[in-house]
Amino acid sequence: MLLKRLIVCLDVRNGRVTKGVKFKGNINVGDPVEMAERYSVDGADEMVFYDITASAEKRPIDIRMVAEAAKRVFVPFTVGGGLRNVDDMRAALLAGADKVSLNSLAVDQPDILRTGALAFGRQCIVLGMDAKRVGVSARFPSGYEVVTRGGREPAGLDAVEWAKKAVDLGAGEICLNAIDTDGMKTGYELEITRKIADTVGVPLIASGGAGTVAHLADAFEKAHADAALVASMVHTDGYTCSGIKKELAEVYRIPVRR
Amino acid sequence: MIAILDYGAGNLTSVRLAFERIGGQAEVVTSASRAEKADKIIFPGVGSAASGMAGFCGRGFDRVLRQAVADGKPVLVICLGMQMLFEKSAEDGGVEGLGILPGTVEVFSFPPGQRVKIPHMGWNGVDFTPGHPMLNGINPGEAFYFVHSYYVRPGKPDTTLGRTEYAGFNFTAAAGRGNLFATQFHPERSGTAGLRLLKNFLEWDGTLCS
Repeated sequence: MLLKRLIVCLDVRNGRVTKGVKFKGNINVGDPVEMAERYSVDGADEMVFYDITASAEKRPIDIRMVAEAAKRVFVPFTVGGGLRNVDDMRAALLAGADKVSLNSLAVDQPDILRTGALAFGRQCIVLGMDAKRVGVSARFPSGYEVVTRGGREPAGLDAVEWAKKAVDLGAGEICLNAIDTDGMKTGYELEITRKIADTVGVPLIASGGAGTVAHLADAFEKAHADAALVASMVHTDGYTCSGIKKELAEVYRIPVRR
Repeated sequence: MIAILDYGAGNLTSVRLAFERIGGQAEVVTSASRAEKADKIIFPGVGSAASGMAGFCGRGFDRVLRQAVADGKPVLVICLGMQMLFEKSAEDGGVEGLGILPGTVEVFSFPPGQRVKIPHMGWNGVDFTPGHPMLNGINPGEAFYFVHSYYVRPGKPDTTLGRTEYAGFNFTAAAGRGNLFATQFHPERSGTAGLRLLKNFLEWDGTLCS
């Protein structure tokens, strides 16, 4: 049976992992590669590195960090942030990343999903999308709008429609981050997660809001997510990957890798 | 010397780095003349069957691989590489394989109502045929990392060395014969268990008795 995945996200700012609340007020929690190695050995199924200051500083993703991670992390890892074109994606993949995550760039230039999938295979192309609750309307039938630039700019796209279009173009996986719950530790935004998970034919990663293991269990069971992404739970709140897995398996009977 | 055959299909960085991590040295080779000097061969693969076969045979690696198999050199084959070992693939409108193992490569096919996500991507447990030297220290049912849309259907049951179930469908996750060991999953991305399998390959002399 295909197992549910636990993914640890590392937001990297100036070479250090930070953890913020709703993209504001970040605190420094450590060296990204060292943390990734530790988490992967402790049972994280996948890692995501977001170079969150790269686009704002108009510089490419930190390739040295990607190459260093490739020497020390032997589970799949995704990189995002600062990918401006297919050449940047190629550089990240050749440095050892398994997947690249495209967010604002895909909204601005949807065709990048198609060219990326053609060049590297769709399994390498993750659509990162930030969704904000706006209420159901003719323009936003799902009740959620896509936002970009770390949640600052509304994209004018319905979240479910955008997810469908992105998969048609070439996205092989979707990481859905709910802006309203991100960093709040109140649980994932189950409604939109389930809508997208049930609509697209590619795996869906739930992101934004995990504070307890019950929240992950809900993402899998109630929202049909294939993977759940955590950050502060393991960075600052005392949870371990192995502990989360144990509880998912033993308390919630979720099939996970032990 | 361990040769990683680079036939232009995908990225070999993670395979090379995984061997470095466990204290081995594997060299990415692009020519048949260099590959035939190797004591052990790694035949990796990411990509599609048609371009994979063209790149592989175009570099003369098919001859090197057949010779290595005949000479008893340990050979490890990963993902698309494993699919290319068989006789025929349904990918890319039908592609002739190397035919080193009997059988075919088929696309995953589930009833539309079942809503199964393709590719089969993520961690899944493998039930291995016990006793193979490549499986020393690997727990029964151990999970490995998969990414694939096609699966192999061996023509002979004893070609299968491990099985995995996806959405109720049981398929061959590891296959081989003698000194040839192939996995549909990616040991280089499969954490501690994957590194253990690669370490077993470093130590393997290609025979089946220990």
